[in-house]
Amino acid sequence: MEYTFHWRPVFRKLPDLLEAGLLTLEVAVEAMVIGILLGLALAMIRMSGRRSITWFATSWIEIARNTPALLQLFFVGFGLGAYGIHLSPYWIVICALSFNNAGYLAENFRGGFQAVPDTQVKAARSLGMTYAQTYLRIVIPQVLRIVYHPMTNQMVWSVLMSSLGMLVGFRELTGETQFLASKTFRIFEYFLVTAVIYYVIVKIILAGSRILSWRLFRY
Amino acid sequence: MYEFAQTAQFFTGFQASDLGFLAEAAGRTLLISVLSISIGTVLGCGFGWLLSVSRWAGAATLGLVLDAFRSIPLIIQLILFFNLFPIIGFPVNPFAAGTFVLVFYTSALVAAVARGGIEAVPITTRRAGRSLGMTYWQDMRYVVWPIGLRAVMPAWAGVALGVLKDSALVSVLGYVELLRASQILITRTQEPFLILTVVGLFYFALSFPISRATARLESRWQQ
Repeated sequence: MEYTFHWRPVFRKLPDLLEAGLLTLEVAVEAMVIGILLGLALAMIRMSGRRSITWFATSWIEIARNTPALLQLFFVGFGLGAYGIHLSPYWIVICALSFNNAGYLAENFRGGFQAVPDTQVKAARSLGMTYAQTYLRIVIPQVLRIVYHPMTNQMVWSVLMSSLGMLVGFRELTGETQFLASKTFRIFEYFLVTAVIYYVIVKIILAGSRILSWRLFRY
Repeated sequence: MYEFAQTAQFFTGFQASDLGFLAEAAGRTLLISVLSISIGTVLGCGFGWLLSVSRWAGAATLGLVLDAFRSIPLIIQLILFFNLFPIIGFPVNPFAAGTFVLVFYTSALVAAVARGGIEAVPITTRRAGRSLGMTYWQDMRYVVWPIGLRAVMPAWAGVALGVLKDSALVSVLGYVELLRASQILITRTQEPFLILTVVGLFYFALSFPISRATARLESRWQQ
């Protein structure tokens, strides 16, 4: 082995990498929040059973689930450019990730809602609860319990997918690493440190999710 | 040559022959995916079995490594291994590096699935099999495999479809699969919307039938 590892340039840039890591987390969380809202809307539309609008939700969900996330990213980044829509790398990543998250989450939500028996809603209604009360007190808590684990997974995916931002010129953790590595040619060293940072981010998310679940599902 | 360069057109539109180019690239996507999924599944089943047998030692060593493959973005794994091989003295082409990483990525995902499948079989059922005189491997083959397979088949199909789509990332290393082919065509034709739509249809045609078939299989098994 004639290669000598040089770690010093990497460690000198560690603050930059950590800052980029925060940006990665920020983008992933934002895309997740938008994805949850859109996913809920899509699930509702799909369950409404009205042909005139379900086709829209169905095609969104099937496209999001059956094409690569990278293709979706390129579509937002380059494809829309053909129609004069030019977004900044930040918005390209947010849009593509939200689109993808929404597609996957919609199916999870639909499964969650279908798992709560219809009779419970009827029972709650006949006890005099309003629709809002029924949903807030009876349906949502049960759905949340079912979709909590898949949602945690999707959050992890959101972080991992945000690494694709590098390919549209976004300087999140991977993009920043690529940028710094290309200046020093210490590609392996840089990417190994970045891999460790991703690993830590994912572990923090999983631990946080577990702690939150203890609080949420005490009964 | 010089005259040619002057008269040649830089950008030419999307032609019918380009569909052939894309189909060929789709074949390469299929090749690298099928290769990675089949080898990765076999490896993953072995890893899953190891994890289910040795809870503590397995989780502390193998489990940790496999967990890293699941917690680090695939694009970083690809770049890391593509750069690591020349360092340790084996320069490899993008296809080999891509397949190598995808195989271990798949096996890490399948290991979790396989372990779940083995643990989905009630221990009492297995004991019943053993007390009927089955050997350990007979019990594995005739009791655990059929029951576990049904429990985790949808999850496995999800992994396989995920790898099919994630194989698009091998384009980063320079392997001309479907997505890379689209980039080449976009550079030539300057028609990103059209070409990305066509490529999207190719992926959809590869992925959608499988996801539909597993959904149907799943609902049939649940009855």
